[in-house]
Amino acid sequence: MIVDAVELRELVPRVLSVLVSRGADFATAEDAVQEALIRAVSAWGDESPADPTGWLITVAWRAFLDMTRSASARRNRELRVDTEPPAGAIPSADDTLRLYFLCAHPDLTSSSAVALTLRAVGGLTTRQIAQAYLVPESTMAQRISRAKRTVSRAGVDRPGDVGTVMRVLYLVFNEGYSGDVDLAAEAIRLTRQLAGLVDDDPEVQGLLALMLLHHGRRRSRIRSDGSIVPLADQDRSQWDTELIAEGIAVEQAALGRDQLGEYQVQAAIAALHADAPRVEETDWVQIVEWYDELLRFADTPIVRLNRAVAVGEADGAPAGLAALAEVDEHVPRREAVAAYLHEKNGDLELAARLYANAARNAPSLAERDHQTRQAARLNQDLQRHR
Amino acid sequence: MAKYLLLKHYRGAPAPVNNVPMDEWSPDEVEAHIRFMNDLAARLESSGEFIDGQALSPDGVWVRYDGEGRPPVTDGPFAETKDLIAGWMVIDVDSYERAIELAGELSAAPGAGGKPIHEWLEVRPFLTERPTVTQ
Repeated sequence: MIVDAVELRELVPRVLSVLVSRGADFATAEDAVQEALIRAVSAWGDESPADPTGWLITVAWRAFLDMTRSASARRNRELRVDTEPPAGAIPSADDTLRLYFLCAHPDLTSSSAVALTLRAVGGLTTRQIAQAYLVPESTMAQRISRAKRTVSRAGVDRPGDVGTVMRVLYLVFNEGYSGDVDLAAEAIRLTRQLAGLVDDDPEVQGLLALMLLHHGRRRSRIRSDGSIVPLADQDRSQWDTELIAEGIAVEQAALGRDQLGEYQVQAAIAALHADAPRVEETDWVQIVEWYDELLRFADTPIVRLNRAVAVGEADGAPAGLAALAEVDEHVPRREAVAAYLHEKNGDLELAARLYANAARNAPSLAERDHQTRQAARLNQDLQRHR
Repeated sequence: MAKYLLLKHYRGAPAPVNNVPMDEWSPDEVEAHIRFMNDLAARLESSGEFIDGQALSPDGVWVRYDGEGRPPVTDGPFAETKDLIAGWMVIDVDSYERAIELAGELSAAPGAGGKPIHEWLEVRPFLTERPTVTQ
């Protein structure tokens, strides 16, 4: 049996938590696990050992001992570490979960928590993480080792909780992907793992559902040249129905537990979009209701902005514009929404001007290009009718 | 090999020949322009001459130190600032001539009417490491 890279990485949190439960300090243990992963790739070749987890634990433990020895030798201290690993219990789900919490420690900045989670829980190499976030490898290495020092110093006493872990995974998912690692798929893998460890919080299922539902539409959202396809123009036959069906099932199970939360509400909105075979069949009225619900959990300008779009679809452009009037002037993409609603309302000249402004203030190149195209399209129509 | 920065300006460069704002182009012209830019970057990557390309938002502020224990002072943006960088491309090429040639190609990106924009780009050589052999 050949274990592929992702399967191998599945084992990482268990191996690391065994080392930590045997008393290894977190920072060195984490390095040791990375070392064991590298050795596994070359040692396993065509065939992996009968017990890959046991193999990794043994090799990681030896690597840990070597690292501790050379570190203590440098400090001219006596060797006090036993060569044989102490009898440790098989890692429990709680140990793995504690690892998640540790990597999402509240003392960490979000970029550090993201990097540490991807390495210590996700088993990615520093190079892969650096490529994914478009920073030099040495910068990412520093970020990770600083994060490990912070976590070691702060101790295991007050680690993060499920909420902070979910925020970290949501950030990873939202970053999309670049380089050879698909961060969105990685976030889904880790959230799925988390959902298997946490059984008392339906928000984890809500987050998983949200990711699955968005990921299922990914192929149709971006063209091969990187340009954006708006929801209304997406080729729905390209949606991954398997992922979407799973997302809907997970969401329904979460809602059935009657403990509503922010992620479940966002997933409900995504599910309503995914459920419409054609954009005209979208149940906008229900989507507006879910946005009202979302405001109870997170009354942010971005939620209000998205709600204004939904109101525009459910009750017409004037209602949408009225809802937009209550949204903070400075929220990103407000001009793009205003342009869309004014176009829908028939005010093409104003809409074209707003699209051009939206392009100027766009937060990404893809959006800038998209808004420029919209302005160009309207200006062309206006010229033809002059 | 030598590294050069090709700078594109929102403001501050002499006016291009084909000076029509992008939102007044036809959608096809916008499309052609974006494709040209992507193709050029891809071509430089495959020739081993591309280092980095980034675009900047036109929004920005000026910041300066305001003394011990005080937050930095921010000011602007100033509408009257003459120079406003829009983005850059960093290339690593064999010669100054090659850098000029590539900047010329970049400046020929199509604009309104499908005609080249003839946009002015600023070419700035990087200061290099001191060479090992100096005499």
